[in-house]
Amino acid sequence: MTDRLPEIDTHSGVETTGHEWDGIKELNNPLPRWWRFVFWASVVVAVIYWILMPAWPALPGMQGHTTGVLGQSDRADVAGEVSAARAARAALGAKLAAQDAASILKDPELSQLALGLGESAFGDNCATCHGAGGRGAKGYPQLSDDVWLWGGSLDAIEQTVKFGIRSGHAQAHVKDMPAFGRDDFLTAAQIDDLVQLVRQASHQTADATAAIRARPVYDANCASCHGDDMRGDRTQGAPNLTDEEWLYGGDAPSIRRTIFGPRGGVMPAWTDRLDPATVRALAIYVHSMGGGE
Amino acid sequence: MATRPNWLMRNHKIFEKHTFILIAGILVVVAIGGLIEIAPLFYLKNTIEKVEGVRPYTPLELAGQNIYIREGCNTCHSQMIRPLRDEVERYGHYSLAAESMYDHPFQWGSKRTGPDLARVGGKYSDEWQKQHLINPRSLVPESIMPPYAFMEDRKIDLSTIANEMRTLRQAGVPYTDDMILRAQDDAKAQAGGDYDVDSFRADYDTLSGRTGTVNVRDFDAMRGDPSELDALISYLQVLGTMVDFSTYEAGDLDNKR
Amino acid sequence: MAAGVSRAQGADPSTLTVGLILLVVLVFGISGAANAVDPRFGAHAWMLTIAAFAWLAGLLIWHEESEPGQRFDKTYYEEGVVKAGVIATTLWGIAGFLVGLIIALQLTFPNLFYFPDWGWTNFGRMRPLHTSAVIFAFGGNALIATSFYVVQRTCRTRLAGGMWPWFVFWGYQLFIVLAGTGYLMGISQSKEYAEPEWYADLWLTIVWVAYLAVFVATLLRRKEKHIYVANWFYLAFIVTIAMLHIVNNISLPASVFGAKSYSLFSGVQSALIQWWYGHNAVGFFLTAGFLAIMYYFIPKRVERPVWSYRLSIVHFWSLIFIYIWAGPHHLHYTALPQWAQTLGMTFSIMLWMPSWGGMINGLMTLSGAWDKLRTDPVVRMLVVSVAFYGMATFEGPAMSIREVNALSHYTDWGIGHVHSGALGWVGFVTFGALYCLTQWVWKRQKLYSNALVEWHFWIATLGIVLYITSMWVSGIMEGLMWRAYNEFGFLSYSFIETVSAKHISYIIRALGGGLYLIGALIMAYNLFRTARGDVPAEDRKNVPAAPANLQPAE
Ligand code: HEC
Ligand code: HEC
Ligand code: HEC
Ligand code: HEM
Ligand code: HEM
Ligand SMILES: [Ca+2]
Ligand SMILES: [Ca+2]
Ligand SMILES: [Cu+2]
Repeated sequence: MTDRLPEIDTHSGVETTGHEWDGIKELNNPLPRWWRFVFWASVVVAVIYWILMPAWPALPGMQGHTTGVLGQSDRADVAGEVSAARAARAALGAKLAAQDAASILKDPELSQLALGLGESAFGDNCATCHGAGGRGAKGYPQLSDDVWLWGGSLDAIEQTVKFGIRSGHAQAHVKDMPAFGRDDFLTAAQIDDLVQLVRQASHQTADATAAIRARPVYDANCASCHGDDMRGDRTQGAPNLTDEEWLYGGDAPSIRRTIFGPRGGVMPAWTDRLDPATVRALAIYVHSMGGGE
Repeated sequence: MATRPNWLMRNHKIFEKHTFILIAGILVVVAIGGLIEIAPLFYLKNTIEKVEGVRPYTPLELAGQNIYIREGCNTCHSQMIRPLRDEVERYGHYSLAAESMYDHPFQWGSKRTGPDLARVGGKYSDEWQKQHLINPRSLVPESIMPPYAFMEDRKIDLSTIANEMRTLRQAGVPYTDDMILRAQDDAKAQAGGDYDVDSFRADYDTLSGRTGTVNVRDFDAMRGDPSELDALISYLQVLGTMVDFSTYEAGDLDNKR
Repeated sequence: MAAGVSRAQGADPSTLTVGLILLVVLVFGISGAANAVDPRFGAHAWMLTIAAFAWLAGLLIWHEESEPGQRFDKTYYEEGVVKAGVIATTLWGIAGFLVGLIIALQLTFPNLFYFPDWGWTNFGRMRPLHTSAVIFAFGGNALIATSFYVVQRTCRTRLAGGMWPWFVFWGYQLFIVLAGTGYLMGISQSKEYAEPEWYADLWLTIVWVAYLAVFVATLLRRKEKHIYVANWFYLAFIVTIAMLHIVNNISLPASVFGAKSYSLFSGVQSALIQWWYGHNAVGFFLTAGFLAIMYYFIPKRVERPVWSYRLSIVHFWSLIFIYIWAGPHHLHYTALPQWAQTLGMTFSIMLWMPSWGGMINGLMTLSGAWDKLRTDPVVRMLVVSVAFYGMATFEGPAMSIREVNALSHYTDWGIGHVHSGALGWVGFVTFGALYCLTQWVWKRQKLYSNALVEWHFWIATLGIVLYITSMWVSGIMEGLMWRAYNEFGFLSYSFIETVSAKHISYIIRALGGGLYLIGALIMAYNLFRTARGDVPAEDRKNVPAAPANLQPAE
């Protein structure tokens, strides 16, 4: 029954193929002309593209591929673009490196450029730790205030950014606070007293007698870094203990935890990852966030 | 109206009337494209660049990659920096085929809900990685990444790792007998345990052809046998760090594709 | 069976062979449960054991209770398995859309929809659950159910293989459950749309070969001289998916009693093989298979001939030939050698017209019956699906152009493209087929409610529009933000700023997904009432007797 004679579909006047399945028939319309045209046009486009661009691989036993008359290569293109951008930046970097912070910031063109680059690099590389705008987070110092662990001059900041802190880089800042509790240098009671001393120094409610008890312990163990006046020491990255700014928090448990064993916060080194101009620009950007010296 | 069926219809009958001829026709037609595109990747020598430094993953890193796969990190993170200026400036040198040659399978990803991770190794501290995995929003308030707090107190099961390395060797990863034999100790050694670090390091440096690609430390800062965090962080910290780009010749004939 | 055994009493051979396979699964399950090297594999081994045991028991009970003479009666169509398929498609569809909505909400409100202590709820595990549920569970069941229905009708013969179609159906459900529970437990090969581990892959291979065998055996048995065009597409879909699945999943298990395996291929080769597979999962699963559905259900529902037989032939062969080449468009600008990217791009462009051939044939089949668009909302659903198909297959070639892909790749634009194809084309053509099938296999003169179909249509359409427009906005926006430079030539935005910028779009997307899900729930209700035989109050008086499912004679 299948191969019936073609019949004419009454509605369209087109003949059918004479096939029928479960009541479904087929009209014998030709391919639409525009369809054929666009199809062949797309083939022509493809062939042109093959001629221009790398396209067909070599047969087995041979090597290479057709490279196209344009000889285009993504990798070569991007290398060119990036090195052009780098070169432009290198000139900027040289200018930035030659001047001190004050004069850079005085030069509107130069400072704008530096801040543009610094801001751009800060978002993806630094804000993840130091927060948007350098607002900081627990364990990650705020960069927009004037409290500095290792110094807030342009050069000091650049030094920190370049080599990091405890980053493993040979030139990194490294100074670890001893693990007074974990390594049994001090007893739990002594540490409790020290906590009160630190809280007292930073103008918080504290047990005054405990603080008095702790003073000799402090002088013997802590003063070498945090200073007799407890105002810290930037050459060692030891924070000021008398202000309200905390790296890890000023509540008693946080302080106790630090004295028990140091946190050893790590700031990565960026010198291998970012080019010198970017590092310099970052230092300027951080410097200008509010606390630069 | 024409009544004689045209050439196409007359000849197409053979497919419509013979099931197996139709199947054979389909098979031939769908085999061609794949063969021509895929086979050359196995015989063209410039498919994988000649570079120094790429080595197989250490047992701990491999365990980390297994967790990466288990958690579906690839659903949000690519590991493929394209040779486009903005990507190279944001993420670093574009990714090479050589850099994933020991990934079974590749982890290039297809969606960047989170940033590319191809060069995240060394970008952050272990402590940051740990805190970020446990609670991403504690560090990046706008993040939409899931928290992986449960990894913190889970030890990795090292009993299967040697077997996994043996399987990878069958698939072409050049692990040596020693490496497989020492797999469990090496994993513990890398995570800062009291095991023989020197031969561990030496073996992987040898395969790498350069030193300094093996990170040895207690990644999650929790003593004891390696946790899932140790493994995952060790993997993240090695991503994109193996190749020595100072010796990579982009223009070299072997590297040009 | 041996000649000595009386046919009336002997075991049915197809049931026996299915039983034997289940026995093998049972043995594998038990030994796996006993020797599992990791607890997750152990859980799956237990699942296999229980499934095989229950299934065997079911087979035995069925065998004891059914009349030997009436088993698989060749003068009737096999419609039970189609009914089961309709139910499964509906339920898996709802599950898949629901998971889609959940992951959409996770990206929108991370603090509300992530549960730090329940690793299995995380996005990375739920996303493959969504994709597999909608593509393989919803789409796959739709394909199996419709193909089983269509091949019988267009060959005018009962499905071949006796128990085997049922093996395909239940075997496929088992695969889905293994895959889905696997993702939640953290079992994954990480290859998109092929995430299940080696043993689930193997099981699917067995099921798929059985599917091919049933389909081919039915074709061989046909009482029509010609094979209908829908069946060419079904056949191309089944054969090619078998090829793709097997090659892409070649991997070495680390242990026969463990879940973990490693792909035999690595790096760039594994990438191209994966996207050769992934793209053609789109081409043959989501396109060729659903075109087959279109080629039966549209002409059948509108009662008009297929518009052009010649176009069917030309676009069939050109489609399947060209599709295979297009995979590398998923790897533009990656470490895949550039020559391969060129081939992927150019073949994608050449794919445009072959794809549209199907759209033209589908739409033009309505000529002479355009009024049905107004009177039959099911027809409208089918036709709008073809329109979305046309849109997705125009957008696809555009996104395959390398310069466009440089912008769209990795962004939400891709997600928008996927869902215009998935929600618009795959979803709507399936809904149309489900409405038809429910009416036809349950022998109902009408659907329970056409008004509810209208509601479904409009709610879902609105959902799609919200989904894809929001994704275009967020995708193009993030693509532009990633590459934006400020006036000094430095990147303008950090990555996290692009994440924040997408928040509004994500809310709209979730809203769209929610609407789509509501539409599907309305459909499920309507189908349920239809299958149960409920008719709207105004029609209750004159329900004609149901037609039998006997095959028409010569
Ligand atoms: C992995 C997280 C991390 C990233 C990323 C990071 N930092 Fe830091 N940074 C730290 C930590 C932790 C410290 C404090 C170390 C300590 O405890 O002594 C620090 C300290 C600093 C300091 C010293 C502050 C002071 O008070 O002296 C500066 C300046 C700084 N970072 C700038 C940057 C810049 C610029 C970037 C981006 C290029 C950056 N950081 C990226 C973690 C990070
Ligand atoms: C070897 C130098 C050194 C010594 C000795 C030392 N510290 Fe520190 N201290 C540091 C450094 C460096 C930090 C910065 C935190 C870090 O990254 O570990 C620090 C941080 C702290 C903090 C945390 C400040 C914050 O903002 O959260 C407290 C509290 C503290 N020290 C108290 C003490 C006390 C009490 C002692 C003596 C028992 C002591 N330190 C001895 C170097 C030292
Ligand atoms: C829902 C999507 C999602 C999933 C799943 C996800 N991430 Fe993320 N990830 C993000 C987003 C968004 C960011 C950017 C914001 C941030 O830093 O948290 C990110 C950032 C990161 C970063 C910092 C990258 C950088 O350069 O700043 C790392 C590392 C990371 N994720 C690792 C992982 C790992 C490992 C997994 C799996 C265990 C994972 N992610 C799963 C979305 C995700
Ligand atoms: C209620 C309806 C749906 C919602 C809310 C939804 C939501 C989502 C979400 C949120 C994603 C993840 C996107 C990302 O990673 O950024 C996704 C991915 C995906 N969905 Fe859906 N979806 C729905 C329906 C469907 C349907 C019906 C299909 C297929 C038939 C489908 C197929 C896919 C595919 C293939 C992906 C992966 C895309 C890719 O990797 O590029 N979805 N969906
Ligand atoms: C001519 C037809 C088509 C072409 C040329 C095409 C092309 C493309 C391109 C270029 C991508 C983006 C790849 C990327 O940048 O990551 C893509 C993704 C996708 N398309 Fe299409 N498309 C077509 C039709 C369809 C149809 C009809 C569907 C049906 C649902 C579909 C489903 C998908 C899916 C699921 C993805 C996401 C893959 C992933 O990354 O996970 N496509 N397609
Ligand atoms: Ca540890
Ligand atoms: Ca698989
Ligand atoms: Cu594709």
